[in-house]
Amino acid sequence: MSAYNFAYLDEQTKRMIRRAILKGLAVPGYQVPFASREMPMPYGWGTGGVQVSAATLTPDDTFKVIDQGADDTTNAVSIRKFFEKTAGVATTEETEMATVIQTRHRIPEAKLREDQILVYQVPIPEPLRFLEPRETETRKMHSLEEYGLMHVKLYEDISQHGAISTAYAYPVKVSGRYVMDPSPIPKFDNPKLEMEAIQLFGAGREQRIYAVPPHTRVVSLDFEDYPFEATKANHPCDLCGAEDSYLDEVIMDDAGNRMFVCSDTDYCRSRRKAGHQGRMATEGAA
Amino acid sequence: MYVAVKGGEKAIENAHAWLAEERRGDKDVAELSIAQIREQLSLAVNRVMAEGSLFDPDLAALAIKQARGDLIEAIFLIRAYRTTLPRFGYSNPVDTGEMTCDRRISATFKDAPGGQVLGPTFDYTHRLLDFKLAAEGEVAPAPEGQPRSGSTPHISGFLKAEDILQDEPASDAAPGDLTREPMEYPATRPLRLQSLTRGDEGFVLGMAYSTQRGYARNHAFVGELRIGKVAVEMEIPELGFAIEIGEVELTECETVNQFKGSKVEPPQFTRGYGLVFGQSERKSIAMALVDRALRWKELGEDNLGAPAQDEEFVLSHADNIQATGFLEHIKLPHYVDFQSELELVRKLRREAEDRISPKEAAE
Amino acid sequence: MAAHTQFSGGFQNAPVDAAHAFRAAMTVMARPGEIRSVSGCQPPAPLSVAAGVLLMTLCDPDTKVHLAGATNADAVRQWLTFHTGAPLTDATEADFAVGTWQALGPLNQYRVGTPEYPDRSATLIVECDDLQQTGPKLTGPGIKGTAHLSLPDVRALQTNASLYPLGCDFFFTCGDTLAALPRSTQIKDRG
Repeated sequence: MSAYNFAYLDEQTKRMIRRAILKGLAVPGYQVPFASREMPMPYGWGTGGVQVSAATLTPDDTFKVIDQGADDTTNAVSIRKFFEKTAGVATTEETEMATVIQTRHRIPEAKLREDQILVYQVPIPEPLRFLEPRETETRKMHSLEEYGLMHVKLYEDISQHGAISTAYAYPVKVSGRYVMDPSPIPKFDNPKLEMEAIQLFGAGREQRIYAVPPHTRVVSLDFEDYPFEATKANHPCDLCGAEDSYLDEVIMDDAGNRMFVCSDTDYCRSRRKAGHQGRMATEGAA
Repeated sequence: MYVAVKGGEKAIENAHAWLAEERRGDKDVAELSIAQIREQLSLAVNRVMAEGSLFDPDLAALAIKQARGDLIEAIFLIRAYRTTLPRFGYSNPVDTGEMTCDRRISATFKDAPGGQVLGPTFDYTHRLLDFKLAAEGEVAPAPEGQPRSGSTPHISGFLKAEDILQDEPASDAAPGDLTREPMEYPATRPLRLQSLTRGDEGFVLGMAYSTQRGYARNHAFVGELRIGKVAVEMEIPELGFAIEIGEVELTECETVNQFKGSKVEPPQFTRGYGLVFGQSERKSIAMALVDRALRWKELGEDNLGAPAQDEEFVLSHADNIQATGFLEHIKLPHYVDFQSELELVRKLRREAEDRISPKEAAE
Repeated sequence: MAAHTQFSGGFQNAPVDAAHAFRAAMTVMARPGEIRSVSGCQPPAPLSVAAGVLLMTLCDPDTKVHLAGATNADAVRQWLTFHTGAPLTDATEADFAVGTWQALGPLNQYRVGTPEYPDRSATLIVECDDLQQTGPKLTGPGIKGTAHLSLPDVRALQTNASLYPLGCDFFFTCGDTLAALPRSTQIKDRG
């Protein structure tokens, strides 16, 4: 593809994004404004993640894209093809083999390594947005470290429902300073936010980039008497038998029978390859 | 045996092939040419250029063809193409006083130097379906008059001479550019105008209409509306002077708004401004009304809490490419988030039942 | 090699060279105390290769650059302008500044960001004679346990860290190697 620059974006745009990434790493959890470009895919479909990946990839990288944990969901396929075409990078479905992983809504089950980078697609980067719709106000609240409103909201949940009713995009405090939206990952994934890999977050439509360096303290907001709980469906995976992975619920038939399978397709595949079997695994599986 | 949904790649390819076929439609019907779209659907082309922020009628026509006539999709194609273009420099500001006007009307004065020129307008047509057009649309040439030579003075100039219209300070400061710098609030007026001129016509129209219906009413008259071509000039450093590099068609609207005065300004008329690519009359008037509503703070007016006065609200939601992308993204799989909600609701219901049932047992 | 001119010494393959250089810069900023080597350009003296690569990778007409001390030489100015188009400025307005620690100081003249926009702060590229994973003890984001890095001035850098979330961020360069110190890092003199 000679009509476009390496990794699609022009160099000046990449420099602008790269500067934002560096500032984001220097102030973990703070949302750095950046002049997001119109990409050839719609806003809300991963343009932030795509721009961050484009500014991060080198031709030596092996790139993996997941959506809902899966490599073969249509939008993941579409983004992977985009970078195969514009950056000529190798791609993989194996978490182990990837150097850069772009994700929507999940953190892979396998522990990520020091030499890997996880790029999140973020729809609404502002954790306070649904409490206060105004950017001018939320920016002030971050600057004053005024997060009382968030605690009040969580506490209202408890008094009303007996539990915090946020199941995904569960807010975290990063390095003891900024409250951050971890993107709409299930709260099951929150404890994994403290990891070896560099985590970069891109919100294209909202024009924000933020980052969590490796080994950074990331605490899910909670209360002493209502501690944070990373929950998942109380089942093992019906295909690979994993007890520790986040599960998708699949409706099997008209009678509404269900099965539960790993949302991380690569994790499930590699476990089955290693001989693990779930309740519904048969000889024809995998 | 359960087999996970696979083959996204094949499905995408097939969907694209079908889409291409649908775009072409019945092959017994002649294919549309870009020239046909450009010449005969020119107002659609103008809208795509205006909201796509790129003046190129041929590309806009191509985008409309590719988008099967979905104008927001066409605008998206133009925007995505536009961002990849290198910037060679910046033109000088265009001088709309030097516009060769195809149309120029004022609602505030019966006549003025330059005259009232109706031009090619729908205004006084009767909106009756013309069934003759279904058969064939050949037309006899319209009568031609003598083109006016020289510049056409702005109506606002006459009011300004009387010192009864608020003065707009001239500035040579380079305006911001929301495509290069992330938006920050409060925004400057040039940024507001940039956002409005590329904003969705329907959204800007709705906002403007709301001011007319009393949500921050600002008593607007169309002081002047003019449509025509203006020269675009660029300073060439090697030459040391500006040369004309082309011309663009623009619609400019200046509203004159009644203003009773405020704590900071004496009673006078004030202005709203609209400037849009192509013949985009509705858009430029709407833009001027919304611009005026957003100026409440600088004019010392009260914040009435009206939507059209709320800069962050208007500017954050005016862009149809951002809006449609985010709206349509909820079609994407969300089963991970949904699963976590599902489990939460089940858990809350279980707990609620547990809370109720022991009591019932005791009764 | 022919005499150095303003036109020479740039990236050979800008998109790919810059991508590799950025990954090194990002890695060290994300992992204070780590040292990486970079290549791809030959800046005029007294700029080190690493400082030249950083400037080429991060600067353009949108960033103001301050050349401190001996780096403020004709050859450097022309090279930087030709390859990046970055406007030159004084310390107080700089997005990026380059020079020895001595030449860059005092630190309090640089932008540290605002409470609402802490990202609007200067990044300093500090040319060092020596760059080692020894010396002051570092803790904080990006660091597993503790790390060590030879720093030019512990006291001044501690003061900078105390401004968090405001503050400057630093790259340290020596020959073709670089390390970084974001404002988030806590520094202890010896450990």
